[in-house]
Amino acid sequence: MKTAQAPHRSAAAPPATPGPRPAGRAAAAPLRRRLSHQARAYGFLLGGLICFALFSWYPAIRAVIIAFQKYTPGSAPEWVGTANFTHVFDDPEFGAAWRNTLTFTLIALLIGFAVPFVMALVLNELRHAKAFFRVVVYLPVMIPPVVSALLWKWFYDPGAGLANEALRFLHLPTSNWTNGADTALLSLVIVATWANMGGTVLIYLAALQGIPGELYEAAELDGANIWQRVRHVTVPQTRFIILMLMLLQIIATMQVFTEPFVITGGGPENSTVTILYLIYKYAFLYNDFGGACALSVMLLIVLSLFSALYLRLTRTDD
Amino acid sequence: MIRRTPAVGTPAVRTPAVRTLVSPLALASTRGRTLYWIVFGGVVLAFVLAFLFPVYWMASGAMKSPDELVRTPPTLVPGTWHLSAYTDAWDLMQLPTHLWNTVVQATGAWVLQLVFCTAAAYALSKLRPAFGKVILGGILATLMVPAQALLVPKYLTIADLPLIHTSLLNDPLGIWLPAVANAFNLYLLKRFFDQIPRDVLEAAEIDGAGKLRTLWSILLPMSRPVLGVVSIFALVAVWQDFLWPLMVFSDTGKQPISVALVQLSQNIPLSVLIAAMVIASIPMVLMFLVFQRHIIAGISTGSTKG
Repeated sequence: MKTAQAPHRSAAAPPATPGPRPAGRAAAAPLRRRLSHQARAYGFLLGGLICFALFSWYPAIRAVIIAFQKYTPGSAPEWVGTANFTHVFDDPEFGAAWRNTLTFTLIALLIGFAVPFVMALVLNELRHAKAFFRVVVYLPVMIPPVVSALLWKWFYDPGAGLANEALRFLHLPTSNWTNGADTALLSLVIVATWANMGGTVLIYLAALQGIPGELYEAAELDGANIWQRVRHVTVPQTRFIILMLMLLQIIATMQVFTEPFVITGGGPENSTVTILYLIYKYAFLYNDFGGACALSVMLLIVLSLFSALYLRLTRTDD
Repeated sequence: MIRRTPAVGTPAVRTPAVRTLVSPLALASTRGRTLYWIVFGGVVLAFVLAFLFPVYWMASGAMKSPDELVRTPPTLVPGTWHLSAYTDAWDLMQLPTHLWNTVVQATGAWVLQLVFCTAAAYALSKLRPAFGKVILGGILATLMVPAQALLVPKYLTIADLPLIHTSLLNDPLGIWLPAVANAFNLYLLKRFFDQIPRDVLEAAEIDGAGKLRTLWSILLPMSRPVLGVVSIFALVAVWQDFLWPLMVFSDTGKQPISVALVQLSQNIPLSVLIAAMVIASIPMVLMFLVFQRHIIAGISTGSTKG
């Protein structure tokens, strides 16, 4: 038992009676002291513990339970076995939502990894206005996501939207952006990347600054040109951070909701319905909490795999 | 050796030269310097276009007249400057109410998080409660569970709290209490407390200070940096959140600004909506500009250390 650990106070106040202890009395005093110490410790823990129990642990268990129930608020839940899973499975939106979520994650990974990395690489070489670049790249992160989404919704407007105006200005063909079933998802990835890339760039920059300059010098002496230096020094030296950020990004983008909800409403033709959006629809539009929880459990299982991988990698590196 | 040679006037001179991808020697040549300034100018231009211009477009768009706003090709600078969209947004969309709601929700979440997370982190770090490791494990495990995926059961919990059967829907408590269950912030605090030597605290206790007193007058003053980081994270998280307040507040009068913006965006003139978007962004952007050094340093160092 954990209580066996001596309260650290006893080091400061050693037991008054040395020598062989009379079992009954001497054991009782530390026990009482230990109990009061424990009571105090739990007093400090209590508030946090209750909140974690109510809003983290209990909902996690409940998601699994409700996934197997027919649940309507106000009436007694009813066990239905795997019926929720089968009817969610038969929903044509289910396949679309997974496909969209995975495509979104994949494109966001390609763009959201490559762009910030190249950006950090270039920024790290610039000797001037360092603070300016850092502030400017992080500015969109501080703009509320809802505002970014509404802002880009306006940019993507087929009429007077800035996106098509920019294309016209460059004499390029205009695009349907979020109004085309084939371009909608990509348009949303652009919004998400614009809004979130600041943090990634800053983290890459910090990682790049940790690379010892000697490595570049040595590579240069060996006749490596700039691309070879990136490939054989920069990338291997930052590989761990890159991998971490990729996993975190996968976990974050698979839970995308605000952009499709605000900008496209899941359309056109269900091309931007994501899993989290579908969960929201089941719960608040169809009033089917069992189906929503069944979907949540599926998303949970997939994402937990990535989380477990992340934790494993960070732990082995310590 | 090479890094100590840049001649006066080269770009590398102004900052202590740290060897990066491109050698200072290459930058010292005329060709290198020209190339550097071309790249520098290109990056500045790209950054201004990509990140500042959209923000400018938003702030200036709200000052255009409604028909100038939808004109093609658009005007770069408003022909005439109107502030009416801003005043309309303020009145029509009841922005003061929604901003106040957001402030109440964010402040309460911040205070409760500081109080309960600090106390719990102190207990876990210094008081060695029975089953402390198990509890910490349980808390860290929630980091693995994606928060958004559990929103629906969390909503059902809020709607009907176990045992006391009270609903926290349409109540700021529905934002405040779940915000306390923030494993990331609690872990940040605990890790910081772990680094403070036990002797310091024991010295205070020998002098007769109780646990609460030790926490308040010894530990917290030593923890200012981490408290700052946690405060910023807590405030920003609530201010930016959308899906959770969307679920909690069905009552329009109690919605925070993010939810209200989306709910009202359908039936409001475009210029008024854009003005409201600008107003909604100002508090966070201001906070960022004031604390930018801390925020950027926090992200850069905190993340690489894991």
